[in-house]
Amino acid sequence: MVVMTQRHMLHWRYRVLRGLGLGMEPSDKAVKEHPRLELSGITKAFPGVIANSDVGFKVAPGEIHALLGENGAGKSTLVKQIYGILKPDSGSILWDGREVDIPSPHAARALGIGMVFQHFSLFEAMTVLENVALGMDDPGKDRVALAKRIRQVSESYGLPLDPAREVHTLSVGERQRIEIVRCLLQSPRLLVMDEPTSVLTPQEVGKLFETLRKLKSEGCSILYISHKLNEIKELCDGATILRGGKVVAACNPREETARSMAQLMIGAEFRSVARREGGKDAGPVRMELKALSMAPEMAHGVPLKSINLSLRGGEILGIAGVAGNGQGDLLAAIAGERKAATAGAVVMDGKPVGRLGPAARRKLGLCTVPEERNGHGAVPDMSLTDNAMLSAHKRMGFMKGGFLDTAKSRSFAAEVIKRFDVRTPGTETAAGSLSGGNLQKFIVGREILQKPEILVVAQPTWGVDAAAAATIQQALVDLAATGSAILVISQDLDELLTLSDRIAVINAGQVSEAMPAATVSVEEIGLLMGGIHGTPEKGAA
Amino acid sequence: MNIDTLLPMLLTVIAAATPLLLAAIGELVTEKSGVLNLGVEGMMLVGAVIAFAVTVGTGSAILGIIAAAFAGIALSLVFGLLTLTLMANQVATGLALTIFGIGVSSLIGSSYIGTPVEKLAVLHIPGLSDIPVLGPLLFGHDILVYASVAITVLVAWFLKSSRAGLILRAVGESDLSAHSIGYDVIKVRYLAVMFGGLCSGIAGAYLSLSYTPMWVEGMTAGRGWIALALVAFASWRPWRVLGGAYIFGGVTILQLYLQGAGGIGIPAQVMNMLPYLATIIVLTVISAGPWRGRLDAPACLGKPFRPAS
Amino acid sequence: MALKIEARRQISTRMLYMTPFIAVAATVVAGFFLFMMLGADPFEALYVFFISPLETKYGLSELGVKAAPLIMIAIGLALGYRANIWNIGAEGQLTLGAVCGGAVALAFWEEQGLYILPLMALAGMAGGAAYAAIPAFLKTKFNVNEILTSLMLTYVATLFLAVLVFGPLKDPMGFNFPQSRMFSDSATLPIIWEETRLHIGFVVALLAAVAGWVLLTRSIIGFQIRTLGSAPAAARYAGFDRTRLTWFCLMLTGALAGLAGTFEVAGPIGQLVPNISPGYGFTAIIVAFLGRLHPLGIIASGLLMALSYMGGENAQINLSLPQAVTGVFQGMLLFFLLASDFLVRYRVRRVKPLAEGV
Repeated sequence: MVVMTQRHMLHWRYRVLRGLGLGMEPSDKAVKEHPRLELSGITKAFPGVIANSDVGFKVAPGEIHALLGENGAGKSTLVKQIYGILKPDSGSILWDGREVDIPSPHAARALGIGMVFQHFSLFEAMTVLENVALGMDDPGKDRVALAKRIRQVSESYGLPLDPAREVHTLSVGERQRIEIVRCLLQSPRLLVMDEPTSVLTPQEVGKLFETLRKLKSEGCSILYISHKLNEIKELCDGATILRGGKVVAACNPREETARSMAQLMIGAEFRSVARREGGKDAGPVRMELKALSMAPEMAHGVPLKSINLSLRGGEILGIAGVAGNGQGDLLAAIAGERKAATAGAVVMDGKPVGRLGPAARRKLGLCTVPEERNGHGAVPDMSLTDNAMLSAHKRMGFMKGGFLDTAKSRSFAAEVIKRFDVRTPGTETAAGSLSGGNLQKFIVGREILQKPEILVVAQPTWGVDAAAAATIQQALVDLAATGSAILVISQDLDELLTLSDRIAVINAGQVSEAMPAATVSVEEIGLLMGGIHGTPEKGAA
Repeated sequence: MNIDTLLPMLLTVIAAATPLLLAAIGELVTEKSGVLNLGVEGMMLVGAVIAFAVTVGTGSAILGIIAAAFAGIALSLVFGLLTLTLMANQVATGLALTIFGIGVSSLIGSSYIGTPVEKLAVLHIPGLSDIPVLGPLLFGHDILVYASVAITVLVAWFLKSSRAGLILRAVGESDLSAHSIGYDVIKVRYLAVMFGGLCSGIAGAYLSLSYTPMWVEGMTAGRGWIALALVAFASWRPWRVLGGAYIFGGVTILQLYLQGAGGIGIPAQVMNMLPYLATIIVLTVISAGPWRGRLDAPACLGKPFRPAS
Repeated sequence: MALKIEARRQISTRMLYMTPFIAVAATVVAGFFLFMMLGADPFEALYVFFISPLETKYGLSELGVKAAPLIMIAIGLALGYRANIWNIGAEGQLTLGAVCGGAVALAFWEEQGLYILPLMALAGMAGGAAYAAIPAFLKTKFNVNEILTSLMLTYVATLFLAVLVFGPLKDPMGFNFPQSRMFSDSATLPIIWEETRLHIGFVVALLAAVAGWVLLTRSIIGFQIRTLGSAPAAARYAGFDRTRLTWFCLMLTGALAGLAGTFEVAGPIGQLVPNISPGYGFTAIIVAFLGRLHPLGIIASGLLMALSYMGGENAQINLSLPQAVTGVFQGMLLFFLLASDFLVRYRVRRVKPLAEGV
């Protein structure tokens, strides 16, 4: 056992070194120095799952090192241990060649580690200044001086910020700047970035990369966590690939192709979705939004502004956009979870339904899959049988008088489990105990097996492993082939480009004209995502 | 109405407002950290009876007040243990604390019913207290009245200007964020809950040592709940809590005076309903009104938090 | 060896039904020490408190008398709490029910007939429901917190009852005591056990529990209530109407509490007096939780809480301990229950410390 482990480690060390040596800048003394960060044998287990198993890699000074892996590979768990939020069960962390214990984020910052979180660690109702101060261990007493420093640092790195603004008034990209500036003020020697581009427009990604390269040139190391292969090829000097919590390979991303890295990441042949050809001259209009406007539900949200959209039978229409631009309210307005001001704002098959509730719209043939699985699309504490009851009881007739016909919903749940390959002990298992991918397959399956005329899906494969994602995407394509109309709201542009016939973009509560997916350019979509045509709330300059 | 009748009336308003202010300012700090403790009424009752018992036993009101503060803290720790460590539902636990407090206080107090105690002494400040009208109004109170205002000032400063206050607000705003940048959410919340307990205990002490210097079962008469309503009414701002407490004190006293003034034919019990009805009306106005006070509520209020380890 | 706390992936049903027993056991242990502190012989005191009430016909019948209102109210509360609707003003709704039922009894004071009791019951239910309609209206219309409104209304209700018995409903022949006339025989509940006070209300409470169980577990409304409480966003997704469910739960609790109030004045009390209930509306909160918000569990926990009232009385009579012991017991029981609930969602495991390093 021990021997095996050591051999394994030697193997990856060799590969890391080879990868680094080939990828570094010319003036690179780093290989001879101690690596800035070196992990070895890191293991971390949670109940029922081993998140990290014997993970090790090195990051050299001034290196941008990628941590690559698909959803659930254990990347976030790993970096939380580097930042002192989680404690490894075993293994060691070496900092500048010295073994260190990182019991808390304070200790991590004291070493010179900064972290930019995927789900930001920000406080919406507070100002930029307060947010920055909270993320520093010694911000000083003088708030005016700190505000000045924030302005200076943020501008010198091309990340302008107004310290007095409250966070909820800022765009997602601007919020990320706070996290970055907060790290920069503490002169980090290693910056950890967890999926930083998932919430950015393509243009913002470009700007972020400039900042990161500037940091690199100043000698700061960067640990860059992502599952986006092209970004890693463009930006990173070395890469460690995680699968199922283990290091499966180390490579130089510039030498690999996106496809070869994808195979290492997924561990199987890349399965692509089989699109049907032809039938693109879609059927009749099934659903229309006419000048749909709505105030935001959340205290700090954006309002929907006069949205027009039409969806035809047999087509998949994608709606791209950065998180927090009104997607949640748009789905709620279509599903009937929130009612429109006028019945005519939402039209299904020529029928105004804007004032109807979700149950009535479902009866007319509209099924939906919300973004949040636990607690919205499913009740975590209830069984799969009950969760089948949840959305299908009317449409599928699981009621007798005012009473539940549990036998029927149980057999329906069993069918969903079978047809969509949901891995679960049975229909009486609580939904909350399923893994993300399996629960998503259950929810999507539950809606699709109700044979919807119109299906609206938000983030169909968010946080789902590649195999489950492929199953779900294929199911959507197959459903469209039967003539149903499908609307997919997603932040994942690649997914939309794969699935959709047409793509529209939502930004600041407005939805653009839908464009044919075959001909539209990523740049064009990116500009729309960034709101080039007159956003009301432009960030502080 | 001349100054001779107005002055005692204003003094009673201050007396009626003080326990509300003390309890509400403590609960405000608790809620700012994201914890909803509905056990204020119970903690006040136990504070009241402990203060009374210790004062009778030792002859020292100061010891009584200190004991009440510790009793409040002890009860708040039970609440903290259940909700913060054992993740129990905050609403249910708060109710349990109140039920428990009612029981414990009447158990301890059963032997003190009818026992007299000397009313908490007025702090006489030579010179200032002797100024006509203003003297008694501003400088003619017992120590807890001053303490209630001082605590309000301190809390206002603490939340607005201190780093610890910033961290406390951050924990109430987003426990996940605070945890991920390295703050001990549970510890901060324990401290905030304990401060709430301390204030509630002292508020109870004021009732049994100064407001009506005796022990009566259930003598808080819903003041703990009114204090909870005050925090929402004040949109979680200390200065507004002060204002709200004095308005409610005014309502309480107004009905007493109306009764005293011949009752206008209205039964006393109807007049006694006033503070409770006023609470309902105020809550309705702030919930329905254009200010939408609840938007100011700490975002994590009442939500349980347990970090992965 | 070290202890590690882990979240369970799925709540433990076994623990869910075990925790009330754990809580009762812990309360008895704590009670042992409490009695010791109060200077009583703890074994004798526990015997007097928990066992002796069950040894006599009187004790057993009184158990039913006291359990009836607790069970009825707790059924309604449990449905509400399942849906995250925190009505804590059942005491006020009980009072209004007693007032309305009692008013009917007094209005038909000189009449006789089988119609009087049903009419009183209807009036009582209507009164309780109408009173619960106030927080329901404020909650659904203005989003006012129902915890505070329902509780404030309890204080108002008690004062309202006082206004009536000190005023318009005072017995004209009652030497100015603040109480109404005694109700006529037609307005008094039938006794179901000879020579005791056990009345038909106990049977009604049991029926209410069974009906509540069917409603909660088998009906679509029960499913909606469970969903709303467990995952409000999912309830909205399914199209369950939160406003309607809020009204339903509050009105149902109000009606049941009102009925319980009517039964109190038409049963054991027999007239309107300033103090109708020894806090049944509040104790029912504990009954609901201890019964795991499950209607059948509530029958058991209702009987247990009734026992704690009896035990308090017995302890006062036989050991001259203060009756407030009852309240302390009830509070402790709820605390222990909430604490042991931790075991439903988490488990404590022994773990061997892992060897450090590679």
